[in-house]
Amino acid sequence: MFAGRARPGEAVIKVVLRVAAAVAMVTTIGIVFALIVPAIGFFREVPIFDFLLGDRWAPRFADASFGVVPLVTATLWTTAIALLVSVPLGLGAALLLSEYATPGLRKTLKPILEILAGVPTVVYGFFALQFVQSTVFREWLRLDTGAFSVLAAGLVMGIMIIPTVASISEDAMSAVPMSLRQGSAALGANRMQTSLRVVFPAALSGIMAAIVLGISRAVGETMIVAIAAGSQARIVGGPLEQGQTMTGFIASAALGDSRVGSLEYNTLYAVGLLLFAITLTVNFISIRLVRRFRQAY
Amino acid sequence: MSSSADAAPMHLRATGQHQVAPEVMRPIMEVENVDVYYGDFRAVSEVNLDFGLNEITALIGPSGCGKSTILRSLNRMNDLIEGARVEGEIRFHGENIYGKDVDPIEVRRRIGMVFQKPNPFPKSIYDNIAYGPRVTGMKVQSMDDLVEDSLTRAALWDEVKDKLKQSALGLSGGQQQRLCIARAISVRPDVILMDEPCASLDPIATMRIEDLMQELREHYTIVIVTHNMQQAARVADRTAFFTAQPSEGNGDRTGLLVEYGTTAQIFEDPQDKRTEDYISGRFG
Amino acid sequence: MISLQDSLAGAPTMPLKTGETPRERRPAPMIFLVVLWLSLLIAILSLLTLIVNIVLEGGSRFGLPLFTEYPASSPDRAGARPAILGSIWVIGVTAVLTIPVGVAAAVHLEEFADKKHWFNRVIELNVQNLAAVPSIIYGLLALAFLALIGVRDKNIVIGGALALSLLILPVIIIATREAIRAVPSEIRDGSLALGATRWQTTWRQVLPASVPGIATGSIIALSRALGEAAPLLLLGALVFVSFDPNGLLSGFTTLPIQIFNWTGRPQEGFHELAAAASIILLGLLLLMNGLAIYIRNRYQKRW
Repeated sequence: MFAGRARPGEAVIKVVLRVAAAVAMVTTIGIVFALIVPAIGFFREVPIFDFLLGDRWAPRFADASFGVVPLVTATLWTTAIALLVSVPLGLGAALLLSEYATPGLRKTLKPILEILAGVPTVVYGFFALQFVQSTVFREWLRLDTGAFSVLAAGLVMGIMIIPTVASISEDAMSAVPMSLRQGSAALGANRMQTSLRVVFPAALSGIMAAIVLGISRAVGETMIVAIAAGSQARIVGGPLEQGQTMTGFIASAALGDSRVGSLEYNTLYAVGLLLFAITLTVNFISIRLVRRFRQAY
Repeated sequence: MSSSADAAPMHLRATGQHQVAPEVMRPIMEVENVDVYYGDFRAVSEVNLDFGLNEITALIGPSGCGKSTILRSLNRMNDLIEGARVEGEIRFHGENIYGKDVDPIEVRRRIGMVFQKPNPFPKSIYDNIAYGPRVTGMKVQSMDDLVEDSLTRAALWDEVKDKLKQSALGLSGGQQQRLCIARAISVRPDVILMDEPCASLDPIATMRIEDLMQELREHYTIVIVTHNMQQAARVADRTAFFTAQPSEGNGDRTGLLVEYGTTAQIFEDPQDKRTEDYISGRFG
Repeated sequence: MISLQDSLAGAPTMPLKTGETPRERRPAPMIFLVVLWLSLLIAILSLLTLIVNIVLEGGSRFGLPLFTEYPASSPDRAGARPAILGSIWVIGVTAVLTIPVGVAAAVHLEEFADKKHWFNRVIELNVQNLAAVPSIIYGLLALAFLALIGVRDKNIVIGGALALSLLILPVIIIATREAIRAVPSEIRDGSLALGATRWQTTWRQVLPASVPGIATGSIIALSRALGEAAPLLLLGALVFVSFDPNGLLSGFTTLPIQIFNWTGRPQEGFHELAAAASIILLGLLLLMNGLAIYIRNRYQKRW
């Protein structure tokens, strides 16, 4: 009586859907292989400690040297500056939106912040180079700096990351139960006290996740640093110096047409692997933190 | 209905002619030794229950007593909950609906369901009714006739016949629920399961649904879960009373069937102390 | 029943009017609020400065020749025609490649997958991780892939679209999953209880109800792809393209790459062109974002 109709079409559909989902997995495996195979070729010629600890990066010189430290210092500078901008401003904006703004105001302000996240990074790069570095730093402030600086790149990158920090931490703050706020208010706390002593600590792991994701975006950002941070790989000693970041190196090296399998080509992937490892680690931390704040309520 | 007719307060006494259930039931569904588990947790244990053809059976009892769980296992909607498992047999016209080679989708077509909250699809009134016949591949001579027939049976036709192409979401809550009943009828089920169908409706809309159930009883078998004892007393031919008991070991509470009989007997002459306490309002 | 009168019967021992400044209006909370507003205003002002700067710089070059001319060695004769067409080609192909796969993957994960199965858990984790992988890594992947299958001319439309597709696939999957999750389970139950299959329920109820969310997510993802330059850089898209792209295997450049190119030139005229091309790009992105926001506000939350 209940014998089912055969539904071969549905079985096919299920397989198709599963295959589509598997594309995500294939991509990851692809990335890992694509990075590791040339990187192995690279480490056959360059000892891994020379790479990680060497302080001279000159892959195209006659006496080539492959110490990645200069690239890493430039990345650290731009990332640190970007965080100094985006964390306070992003958290401030998040608190305003989650604790003070009326629903109407939030509905207007959030899309504006989203636009900030949608501006193409080349346009940010242009802005960092032509306006921030050249007009503001050199013409207006008469700072002692060249055509490029990690400061200009980092500042603009920070602005770019504000929406990332703001939106994730606002989600975490909004997830704090209203009853906690009401409990605090019923004890005579004002909104600032409630925000700082109740909402902020309760949302802390989500806020940390937002910051960590901001770090990962800053480390991986390419176009802004390729345009505005400079192209000389050397250890960066101050914010007004120029420097080449890891991503900046990959971008500039891509401009030259290197032969597949050559040391120059493999160098690209060795740096790419390091970059991938850093962002993957940072991202795992972020996922863990987010999971913790989801469990909390 | 003699000695303990006073067990139930006056307003709960079974009234009306329709509750005079035939002494001999012609069962259309039989529930035999059924346990329902969610993972390791046993939600309902050892239920034995028959549902009579063209009768209305009410499942009543306190929250967490497993009445909705039993209802959802009658048309295998429980299959959709991860970890849910039914042990025992539930027979429909003598065939175990959990048997091997039984297609749960066909079970759900033959045994329809109306939910607690009206859940019309975000489509036109017409398309809401036509949806079931379309997806189940029913051979329909005229969809228009089928839509009209289903809506008429659900006592909604006169109210909506001029706006069949309008969104069903524009109807009132009571109308939406009758639409959902019409939708359930459209695929020609034998049994209609109703999970607290009036829980979100006002008293007038509730009354209309109750009247409708009496009309539907001519052609369908109805099983209704309700929190509202007056409703059970008003509409049901038979009533099953469930309760929840702490199961041995952990602190989980397992539902079980306490007593089953004609509505008149359950409300006026309950055999079990727990039933008596519940319907007379002494239940804690 | 306690009346209001009763509760006020015992008069308070301290007056409620203290005469002091209300707690919300004291200096500290006021300054705090100002600081919060400043954070947001700085962000918004930066955006405005950027837009004004771009418009001032590029306004003079923003005209018809920008859309119709090919790149040239002199800024006065140069335009972004192949870059605009290249962007349209690459984004179009990316959309065709990504949206079906992304929606299908999301449907699998939300409606069909056994969430406890290792395969699906690995995919879940993957999608989350891929969303945070730097875009330039996708360029390295596409470069390695094209080398693997022996493509010598890497700067082709399908190669660029492939890199961008992998880049935005997680974004589309995540957005679609959210849209699907927003469909109330009552709708699914209602359909299944009528004897519809899982797939019929998905195809006829869940997906139509999620279309606004999927559209919003896809538009935002595509706008991200439209503004992206890093992965294409690795494919060698920074070449001098003086022809209209005309097929999947055609060479191409895109607007962001063209902007990058012009930004790096020494002559001021090229910087103005870069700014002018940025106006086009920003305009397109604002349009897409606006459309996404419109769809979201217009169609979402009908339940």
